[in-house]
Amino acid sequence: MNQWTNFTKGFIKENPVLVLLLGMCPTLGVTTSAINGIGMGLATTFVLIMSNVIISLIKNFIPSSVRIPAFIVVIASFVTVVDLSMKAYIPDLHAQLGLFIPLIVVNCIVLGRAEAFASKNNVFSSFIDGLSMGLGFTFALGLLGSIREILGGGAIFNQKFIPAEMDGILVFVLAPGAFIALGYLIALVNSFKKK
Amino acid sequence: MEYIVIVISAIFVSNIIFAQFLGVCPFLGVSKKISTAVGMGGAVVFVMTLATLVTYLIQVYVLDVFSLQYLQTIVFILVIASLVQMVEIILKKMSPPLYQALGIFLPLITTNCAVLGVAIMVITKEFVLGEALVFAVSTAIGFTLALVIFAGIREQLDLMGVPKGMRGIPIALVVAGILSLAFMGFANLV
Repeated sequence: MNQWTNFTKGFIKENPVLVLLLGMCPTLGVTTSAINGIGMGLATTFVLIMSNVIISLIKNFIPSSVRIPAFIVVIASFVTVVDLSMKAYIPDLHAQLGLFIPLIVVNCIVLGRAEAFASKNNVFSSFIDGLSMGLGFTFALGLLGSIREILGGGAIFNQKFIPAEMDGILVFVLAPGAFIALGYLIALVNSFKKK
Repeated sequence: MEYIVIVISAIFVSNIIFAQFLGVCPFLGVSKKISTAVGMGGAVVFVMTLATLVTYLIQVYVLDVFSLQYLQTIVFILVIASLVQMVEIILKKMSPPLYQALGIFLPLITTNCAVLGVAIMVITKEFVLGEALVFAVSTAIGFTLALVIFAGIREQLDLMGVPKGMRGIPIALVVAGILSLAFMGFANLV
């Protein structure tokens, strides 16, 4: 596979959220605004890239019977790095995302890519794969976050574009809106894919 | 009284799936039939309670004592992964039909964010051991309740004429949204 197809697959064709349907919890949980979605996406991207690189480097030293726990330890270490650095440098965003930062460790995408890709491919391909999947995840979260922010708050990136005394369709910022918006987004992607 | 508040709020008011979005993957994955939903729910009740008990004790007697709190994520996920492995082995021996029904989804409890989420939540909420266990059990019951209701609706949904693009996951998500709306009716209950 050439590196360009490897890089572009994460956006639409194998988008982790919209097509592979992995990592639903953070997708639904943090996308109350575009900024939150993108912040979460970038944190996950970092973990994905680093764990993919490290796992593809050490894949030959891990006995296959204990590979899953070994992968989890690698992933958990990078999640801890992200958690602590975000707490130190961007405490506001860290507080907003809350529980979902340590929960990157159980995001199916990260372990899925480690198992399906990094444990079989070389370092460079694994790096590109992590970048591609991570940015695809960020794209999906940013998109869903923007949709919910526009419909729910009448704002985008915290800039309100409807009159200040008006409210958006509040339900889209609340829990039910997350499910409904994601449902329609996936349906839209499905119908595009058929053509 | 405090315990009742914890139970009600964990099951209804801040339901783990509909209000907190934890454990959505198995929620969408194992909810095609009521029987598997019940089995999965049972497995989660067991794993979640056990995992919370073990991680709570580790946090209080190991991590806090040696000020190793920064190792929390790594230690917790390893403990949960080994617990799930153990449950899998026991289930294989004790109840082969259930083991076959759950199949691939039991290992997925490891990556079920609900289990790790609850383990971390009881630490951040600074519960005492009794509260932590009650919280874990009731959260797991809330999870099972959501899963079973949802599976019941999805069984009916298979017989409906759903537009092509909406079939499968999209319509399931919309249904989950409406259910979540219904659960919002419990807000302010406690």
